[in-house]
Parts: sequence; structure tokens; C-alpha cells
Amino acid sequence: MEKEECISQWHKTRDSSIVRNRKVFPSPEQTHQSPITPESKIKQDDTPCSNGSSGDFSARGSADSPNQLLLIVVTGLSFATRLYKITEPPHVCWDETHFGKMGSYYINRTFFFDVHPPLGKMLIALAGYMTGYDGTFPFVKPGDKYEHHNYWGMRGFCAMLGSFLPIFAYLIVQELSRSHTAALITAALLIFDTGCITISQYILLDPILMFFIMAAVLGMVKFNQQSSRPFTAPWWLWLVLCGAALAGALGVKFVGLFVILLVGLNTAGDLWRILGDLSLSLVDVAKHFLARVVGLILLPLFLYVLVFAVHFALLNKSGPGDGFFSSTFQSRLIGNNLYNVSMPEYLAYGSTITVKNLRIAGGYLHSHWHLYPEGVGAKQQQVTAYLHKDYNNMWLVHKPDNDTQSQTPDLVRHGDIIRLEHKETTRNLHSHLHQAPLTKKHFQVTGYGINGTGDTNDLWQVEVCGGRRGDLVKVLRSKVRFLHKATGCVLYSSGKTLPKWGWEQVEVTCSPYLKETPSSQWNIEDHINPRLPNISLSLLKPNFLEILLESHIVMIRGNSGLKPKDNEMNSKPWHWPINYQGLRFSGVNETEYRVYLLGNPVVWWINLASLGLYLIMVAVSSIAIQRGISLQQKRLEHSDILTGGGGLLLLGWLLHYAPFYVMGRVLYYHHYFPAMLFSSMLTGVTLDTLLRNADLLLCQPYSDWLQRGGQMVLLFTVLHSFYMFHPLSYGMTGPLAHEPGSAMAGLKWMDSWEF
Amino acid sequence: PAMLQLPLVVTARLDLVLVLVTLLSLWTRLGGLGYPGAVVFDEVYYGQFLSLYMKRTFFIDDSGPPLGHALLALGGGLPWQRAAAGLSVWSLRLLPALGGALCVPLGYLLVLELRCSHLSALGAALLLLLENSLIVQSRFMLLESLLIFFVLLAFFSYLRFLNAPGRCWSRYGWLLLSGVSCAAGGLSRVTRGQPLQVAFGSQVTLRSSAPRPVPCWLHSHKANYPIRYENGRGSSHQQQVTCYGFKDVNNWWIIKDPARQELVVDSPPRPVRHGDIIQLVHGMTSRLLNSHDVAAPMSPHAQEVSGYIDFNVSMATQNLWRLEIYNREAESEEWKTIVSEVRLVHVNTSAVLKVLAGSDVTAVAEQSTSINLCVCVCLNIVCCHNYPRSGQEQKEREAELHSPTHIDVDRKISFWSKFTELQWKMLTVKQEESEHKYSSAPLEWIAMETNIAYWLHPSSNAQIHLIGNPVSWGVANLSLLAYQLLAALYLLRRRRGFRDLPDGAWQRFASVGLLCGGGWAVNFLPFLLMERTLFLYHYLPALCYLHLLSPALLEHIHTHLLRTSRHVLGVCTAAVLLSVFLSYWTFCPLTYGNPELTANQLQALKWRDSWDILYRRR
Repeated sequence: MEKEECISQWHKTRDSSIVRNRKVFPSPEQTHQSPITPESKIKQDDTPCSNGSSGDFSARGSADSPNQLLLIVVTGLSFATRLYKITEPPHVCWDETHFGKMGSYYINRTFFFDVHPPLGKMLIALAGYMTGYDGTFPFVKPGDKYEHHNYWGMRGFCAMLGSFLPIFAYLIVQELSRSHTAALITAALLIFDTGCITISQYILLDPILMFFIMAAVLGMVKFNQQSSRPFTAPWWLWLVLCGAALAGALGVKFVGLFVILLVGLNTAGDLWRILGDLSLSLVDVAKHFLARVVGLILLPLFLYVLVFAVHFALLNKSGPGDGFFSSTFQSRLIGNNLYNVSMPEYLAYGSTITVKNLRIAGGYLHSHWHLYPEGVGAKQQQVTAYLHKDYNNMWLVHKPDNDTQSQTPDLVRHGDIIRLEHKETTRNLHSHLHQAPLTKKHFQVTGYGINGTGDTNDLWQVEVCGGRRGDLVKVLRSKVRFLHKATGCVLYSSGKTLPKWGWEQVEVTCSPYLKETPSSQWNIEDHINPRLPNISLSLLKPNFLEILLESHIVMIRGNSGLKPKDNEMNSKPWHWPINYQGLRFSGVNETEYRVYLLGNPVVWWINLASLGLYLIMVAVSSIAIQRGISLQQKRLEHSDILTGGGGLLLLGWLLHYAPFYVMGRVLYYHHYFPAMLFSSMLTGVTLDTLLRNADLLLCQPYSDWLQRGGQMVLLFTVLHSFYMFHPLSYGMTGPLAHEPGSAMAGLKWMDSWEF
Repeated sequence: PAMLQLPLVVTARLDLVLVLVTLLSLWTRLGGLGYPGAVVFDEVYYGQFLSLYMKRTFFIDDSGPPLGHALLALGGGLPWQRAAAGLSVWSLRLLPALGGALCVPLGYLLVLELRCSHLSALGAALLLLLENSLIVQSRFMLLESLLIFFVLLAFFSYLRFLNAPGRCWSRYGWLLLSGVSCAAGGLSRVTRGQPLQVAFGSQVTLRSSAPRPVPCWLHSHKANYPIRYENGRGSSHQQQVTCYGFKDVNNWWIIKDPARQELVVDSPPRPVRHGDIIQLVHGMTSRLLNSHDVAAPMSPHAQEVSGYIDFNVSMATQNLWRLEIYNREAESEEWKTIVSEVRLVHVNTSAVLKVLAGSDVTAVAEQSTSINLCVCVCLNIVCCHNYPRSGQEQKEREAELHSPTHIDVDRKISFWSKFTELQWKMLTVKQEESEHKYSSAPLEWIAMETNIAYWLHPSSNAQIHLIGNPVSWGVANLSLLAYQLLAALYLLRRRRGFRDLPDGAWQRFASVGLLCGGGWAVNFLPFLLMERTLFLYHYLPALCYLHLLSPALLEHIHTHLLRTSRHVLGVCTAAVLLSVFLSYWTFCPLTYGNPELTANQLQALKWRDSWDILYRRR
């Protein structure tokens, strides 16, 4: 402690900007008065690497240089491990097929739909564009050869961002624990973790996401250190950087919400502390509050919205994602059938139409040659809502009795009774007093009859919302409701996904609750009638906020729609910390080039053990303090680091891990990686604190040896395990692990590992 | 002598208000309990379990730990009630109603334990007393009122423990009581279980554990294979055997020992082991599962599987199957439900029963011609059923098949292994995803957007609904909100060094909030994470806590916040209580199902559009 202060004093005279990193204790007077000699000794021992290199130059001046030296080493190793064999294998691996494809969509400017926000894919596209990828590779399925396409740029970009993770972790841990060794342990764990290497080396969103998560945490930690100097330039800088990184994290995946929660909780605690500081006036408190609102809420929000604005501006051509969005949205897209559309303006009898539900991400009214299964209402033909454009979305509009064909077709008016015939199967839209398959309060809607002849349950009354009797039905612009004549219910899309028998399309019901909601309102999207003149319709262009809201609701729907399928092996959250099962990135057979995403088991199990150890150590120190046992200053500081910095990391781990237990969507092993970063940082803090307290066990010189030895053993173990498991990341060929002669022979420690 | 001079005295202090509240509560809960005489809503469900308890057969329930059921059965089993032939509805409903009635005085005592005045306690008791939803829920053979009673009792006895002067023995009595009622009440939320082994005579459904095409149950029904298929191939014209993806009465099979004619489970039951030869009898049609060298309907390379019908065309029965327990090393040699994965090997042809994907979603069960381990399909026992007797009427059999599943317990299993197995299954077995007509989402409960129709008179408009008292729900929500705002305000001001309240009052305010608000939170928030079907009555325990909070908050405002216009508050409170009573009175016909209302009156009671109130068209 004494030394720390001396250093800061010394620096102050030379360069005041360095001071901020050093001056970390809120009450410097107190530390002045209680100088502890063993502390400075231990500080020197912390930096074993520097002892050899910098010699006995100046104990004061070298304090920063080993730090920088270590940082350079960490940076070098990190980049080297991630960029090594970056172009191998030269074919599409795992989810590259999605994210590479989406990168191509950006380069080609075609509209698509994905459940994740766009930033990650935009960055991938940018990296590809800059390095000469032209967006022509189709990314059809994993295993496709890249051949002459420039894919290395996109992979290299992800690997670069992935390389920053150990560096950020190093800086965060150093800031939280004020110990080089803790930081070094963390960096070693991450650099030599095969899982982190593998996940960084491919065109995936995860390295980008984790980059932003770690950047946000680093910004937050640095910002916390500045708390004694509010409203200075570095204070603002870290605040703004943290906010920007938060926007980035959320812009890549919604998992970014967890780090926002972490920063939010930290900020709330910080504000609570400021509020309790009675030396600050209420105006000061308000200033603090507003600064954080600006830096951590408004700025990220602005950046996030900006990302979407760029996204929508970039993608202006029709593509595979059109059907997920409303008719007005589609009219923006060049090449969509609604772009500068021309069709008969008013709905007429005899027309072929598609009907789209007005709820956001509501589908087209759809039917197909499949019946409802036994036990689900009447065993008649299914009617569903379907999000893609399809020939089965076409319906014919008929009068209740069979049409008498006149020269100019009659127009449909508000209050008319019509019959909708499914064009492909010639069944009528039908409803009756059976329970709907999922929404049991509603009635079932089916396709009934043949060649347009059915019964009275096929009749629907057209109602234009806000219209009067006799009003015409405008195509695209009128909101229409279909009231079932016999039962009085209204055609409704519940938004619930049907099980497998319904092809996971969306349920359509007939609701007896007549309240006007978007779920019960429909619009006529396509309208084909050769006997009526086509008129160019200029749709109301939606404004940006509407588009933003709509795309978010579509994304959230899409995410919750990713339900685990019964027949798929679903990864469970409890599998993850114990490294139960990895993911095949590439290759299955002996002849293929195989990459298997699996954390370095030694690293992961050390992490797991450290979590337990951390809880025990915190419990012991809290009990000791609660019982009033007098402790040395050094131990109190260690206890502070454990509860303060360690607590923050534990919270981070929990926030990035626990929510997966209640998530209904399908889960994969790689979802654990953000949590694993926090867990590794916590390991660094825990093990370092443990080793520093070796003198509880042994007396002075031996305890130092124990500490040094422990650090060495740890480092060596991690290195050696990396040497053993590195083929997981850098590729394996030849026989599988259970056969002799394999590179991984004898390393299949768990039966569940598939290499 | 002096001793004889002493008078024999009993001194008793009686809280007349408490007595009055209890009486009123008994009157509102117990009055006309026998009406309606019909089975109402979930009573069907619990009633069946209950009769099984009384018969002392073990069964597998999927609604909660067994204590509640056992208590219900106890109520029904009291000796003086047995006298009547069969069980009267009244006696079955008595215990839940008593539990529900006792909640009211318990609420009164609880508020006193929270160190509030008798007036507040009376307020809480009145809110609980006039809560229509609590009344409805306790007047039927349902478990929630008992659950609420135990939850409140646990809460109360814990407070007694905390508030009792130190070092007296009764204090620990309260602690013990608290623990016991916690176990009784708190646990009744976990769901369902299903253990045990399969014996000869067991009735089972067999589910294909293969991922493809869909998880489905071995199924047969009264329809034969067509004599000729569309492509001209012939079939055996015997009964169809398929794999069906939905629960159905036709999925039940009985395991028969080929050496014996009876289909009963012996006592002790003879477990089916790996390698045993068995026959499978279809429950509804009594056909035996059969296979023979006839091409299967969809995949001609495989053997047909049928329910055997003797057409006297020299097609012999080949209905013996050898049981192979696939995972016997990991599990056991005996056939266990759920855990055992089995293969059925056809004895005559050594083929294995398997499911092949047809063009339709419901697949067809077939027979592969060779034993091939990779394509073999394991069948997984899902439910076990104790088959009563052979040769019963079809209808009776169907009723039996629809009733809750149960099986004779192997008495050798120790209590603890049974207990742990049951607990584990209750926590792990997932409920089917389906929606009930009256199910609702947790967030809808706060504003009471849905109701549950419990009963409708078979011919008139008289009906019973689970609808809360809208005014008191409003009061409850308002007080929760007000408490939170007030607490936030106090906290912020204290942080800035303003001490609005003396420390004692602040602590009491905080503890009331922690206990009541916390009670509400732990009884409500977990439902937000649950994916099972939920109903409005799940919210009732949480609601009770809010009813305790309201008067305590009011008292706090009265003593600490208002310096002047206290009588205004008194008038307001009286007005609110009056309106609570009036709305109780208004909804009484829907609570007691009596008197019958006209359609217009019912329409007037539909205070929210989303409520389902039933009308009979005349």
C-alpha cells in the first residue's frame, strides 16, 4: 500500500494522467496512516516475470513496465492462438452457413429476416466487403467448399475481435483485484481455452457479441475507478465507451440484455452510494443521475436505433424475409410484388386474393392438403396462418350461392356475405362449434366441402373496420374482419404455433370475443382479377419507428418460436459448466477434417472448482469479520476484493447463465461462453487471493514458495492441457479418439464428447 | 380448611370480534354446502383420486403432492359420515370449506401479530370474509383453500414464534407448527409423478422412444386393413395397428402371460423381466398383438402387425413377443415405467416391432424383417394401469380406462426410495402443453381479466363462477402500489438523512411490507416462469397477503402520515368497506349459484368484456 501511494505521488509529479489508474482507495488518508510492510513485499513478489527481466533498475519505475510487458505478451499470444490456421478448414463450418449467408445478403442488399439484431451481421458483411468478398458464395450448407471466394476476411475479423477477449479480461481483473497475477491467471485461462479459440475463429456472432460484452464490462470497471473524479474527461470517456459497447452488445444478440442488466445494477448501486453521500447537494446528485441516463441509456439507445436505420437503408431489395412483415413494410422493398404495385383497387367477387393478418408478424391465411388429427376438433382440413409467400395462400371470393358470371364483376361491400374458397384444394373456409386446437376458448376453423359446395357454416360476413353498410373494400388499405355467419364469431389468428401435425404454422381460430384487435383484422394483400383494370396503388409508406417496432416484435416472435423439437438432442444448461458435451463444427467421419467446439476441460473444471472455492472463501471471511475476529489489514483488503470485484464477476456469471434455465427456446452449448468469460475472471481473482493467503498455512519463506509454486503449477497445467487438446480447435484428421493412433487417443475423458 | 374456601373459577378472555368473524366466516362458507348436488369443475378430478385413496390403491397423480388428497379422503372417511350409503357431497366438501372458513380468523390473528390494531385486524378479516373468489374456492372439493389455510397458518405460527417472549417452551411449539404447516402447505405446488414397475396383468401404453417421425403410442382401433390396397396388394384384413401421436383410450394394452388365461395382476404382482415371453391384449377391442408374413401396408418389405382376428383362413396366431429391455445394464432387469427402454421381438420370426414413417403424420407400426440394432425402436412405458377383470362390459372398461392411472404398489420398496422417486418425478416430469378453456396467464390475474365458470345449472341460468370481489381486488392492488411508492419515498428520504419516522415505526413499516409484500411476491412471481397451464385460483394465496397488507398500510397512514383530517380517512375507509360489501352482495348469485338470474341481470354482472358468463338460449 505504501508503495502504491509512493508510486502515485511519484507519477503525479511527472504525468497526472497515469494517476487515475492508481488512485483507487476512497480514503487515502487512512491508507497513509496504516502502512503495512509485508504488503509491499508481496507486491514485489507478484511480478515474478519482471524480476528477471527488469533487474534491479528502479523498484518504483518498473511497476508499470511489467504490466505493459505482460500486456504485450498476452496480446501477442492471444492474437497468435486465434489467427493460427484461420483459413482452415476451407469449407463452411456450422452456423457460418447462416451468418455468412446473411453477410452476403448485406453485400447484395437483399432483405432477409433473422431473430438477432443486425449489427453483428453488418460488421461481418463490412469485413467481407473490405477484404474483397463479393457476396456471391451461396453458403448453402456446412461442408461446402469456399474455393476461390475470399472468406478469410470475415473469419479474420471475428478472430480479431475474439483476440481482444483475453486482453479485456486481463485489464478488468487487474482493475478489480489490483493484482498482476490474478490478471495473468485469467488471461492464461482464456488464451489457452480451446473453446474460446474455436468459437472465435469462424464467421459467427459470438466473438462479436463477447467483444462488446467485455468492452462494456471494462468500461464499467474503469468508470467505477474514476468515481472519485467525476465529470473529468476520462470519467466521461469511460462512461461513453461503456454505453457504446452496451449498444453494440445488444445490437448483436439479445443476450446483450444481460450485460446491460449487470451495468444497470452496478450503476444503481453507484447512484445509491452517491445519494447517501450527504456532502453532495441534491443538484450534484441530479447531475450524476442525468449523466448516467445520457451515457448509459440515451446514447446506447441512439446507437442501437442507428444500427437499425442503417440496416433498413442498406436492405432495400426484396428477399426471403418479406413474408414476415406487414404489407406496408413490404412495399418499401424493390422487387417485392407490393413495390409500386398495381392491382384492382376494390375487392370484387371472383377475385383471387391473399389475406394477411394485421397483427405484427401475423401470417397469410393458409390451408393445405392435411387434416386436423384425430382428437383435435373435427377431422377436417387444416386452416393456418403461414408467414411465407406460398401458392397455398390463395383464396377465391365467391357469393354464397354459386356466382352468376356477369361481364363486370360485382364489388364486395361492407356487410356482404361471402364464401372463401381455397384455390388449391377447393375447400371452403369453414368454422363450427368445436374447440380450436390450442386456444380452447375459440372455435376451430377448417377447410370443408369440395369444389366450392359446402354448407351454411362456410358463410362469412365482410366488415370493414370503421366502415358503413355499402362501403367498398379497398385492397391493402382496408382493415377487414370476417364474421362467421352461423356462430357469430370472428376470424382470428392467435399467434400460437401449432405442433408438428400443423407443420409449425400459426393457429387460426374463430373468436367469440368480438373486440377489435389486430389479431382479428385482416387485409387483402394480393388481388388478381383479370376482368378489372389494374390501378397503381401508392401505399402509405410506414415511418421509421413503425418499422423498428415491427421488426422487433417479429424478432421476439421468431426467438420464442425456436422451441426445442422433441426429436432433437437438446443441450441443458447444467451440461455447460461441467463441459458435458460440445458442438460439431465440422466433419464427422475419420476421413474428414474435424473441428469440435469444446472447452479445454482442465480450464473449465478449474473454473467450476473455483466457483465453489470462491463461495467458501467469501463465507469464511464474512463469518470471520462478522464475529469480530481482528484481521490484518492485508486480509481485510483481500476480503474486500473478494466481495467487491469477485461479487461483481459472480453477478455477471449469474446474469449470463441463470436466465437460460427459464428460457423456453432451444439451447446450445455455445450459449455458455459469455458466462464462461466471467467465470474465468472470477477464477483469476479467487485463485490469486487463495495463493496470496498461503501464509495462513505456512510461515514466511515457505509460504512465498508455495505461492510461487502454485502459480507455476497452475500455468503449467493450463499450458499442458492446451497442448493436449489443441487439435480440437486446430483440426483433427484420421481415426476417431476411441481408436489407437488418433491424435486425441486417451483424451476422450467423457463418453459424451464426440470426437 | 382454606383450600375448600377457594371458588372454582374459570377465567376466560374472549375476543368477541374474533368470534363474530369466525361465525360469519363459517356461515358464508358452510351455508348450503350441499348445493349444487352435482360435481363441479375439478371436483371430478379430485373426486376420483379420493375414491382411490379410500380404496387404498396407490395411484399416480399429476396435480400435487398427496397430502391434500389424503386430507380430503380423511374428511370423507370420518366414521359418522360413512353411515350414509355412499358419500354425500356435503361431507366431501366439509373439510375444504372448514379450511377456507378458518382462513378468516387466521387473517385477523395475523394482522394482530403484525402489531397492528384490532381495527386493522377487523378490516383484514372483512376483506377476506367478503372475497367471493375465496368463498367459491373453499365451497368445493378443491385443494386451494386447504393450501391457503396451511400457508397462513405457517406464516402465523412463525410470527408467533418471533414475537413470543424468549425462552418459553410454547415458542418452540409455534416454530414446530410453522414447520409442519410449511411442509403441508408449501409443498402442494409441485406437480405430478409416476413410478413403479410393470407386472403381468398391468395395463400400459407403449410409446415409441424413437425421435422419428413423431413420439407416438402403439395404437389399435376397430378398423381392419383393407382386403386390397390401392396398388392391388393384399392384406390380412385383420385389425389395424398403428402408432398414434395423441393420448387416446385406444392406446391401452394389457400385458398377458401366455401360459395363463386371466388378465388380473397377482398379489404380489409378478414383475415382467428381460427375456420374458408376453402377449399384448388391446384394451378396448381385446385383440392380441400379432404379426405374420404378410407385407405391411406402407412398407411392403416389412411384416404386417395386426390385432389378430380369426377368419378361419388357416392363418395361425403368431402373437408371442419376447421382451428385451434395452437399457437393462443402466437400469434394471425388471420392466419399469418410463425408465426402461424395451424392444419387442416377435418369437416366430425374430423380427422386431418398429415404427416406420408413413406419408401421414400418424405413422404405422410395422415389423422389420431382420434384427438390426440401429433401426430398432425402443418402446417406452408411459403409464401403468391395473386391469380389473377380464370379460367386463365394454362401457365399464372404457370408464375405467379414462379414470386416473394407478397401480398396485410393490410392498417391498422402502418408503424412502418410493418417496425420493416420487419427488424426483414430480419435479422432472413435464406437463403436456395444452390450454384449458378457462386457463389464464399470471399477468391477467392482477386485474382479474378472466374468470372460471365452475358450474351451470342443467336447465336454468343459475351458475357458479370463480370471480373475485372486484372492489377488494382493486383495494389490494392499490395498497400494493401505494406501499411500494411510499417505501421508495421513505427510502430515498432516509438516504438523504431525513428521518420521517421514528426507528421503531420504520422497522414495523418495513417488516409489514417484507412479510406481506414478500408473501405476495413468492406466491405470485414463480408462476411467471412456469410453463404449465395455470388458472385464476393459483393467485388466491398471493391475494390473501395483499388483503393483510391493505389494513396495515391504512393504519400506518393513519398514525404516521395524517396529522389533521383523520376523520376523513375514517369515512373513506367506511365507504370502501361498504362498497366491498355491496360488490360482494352483487356477485353473490354467481358465488352461491343461487338465486337464478335473468339474462339481463347476468349481462349487467359482466363488468369486464373478457369475463365468460354463460347464458342459456331460450
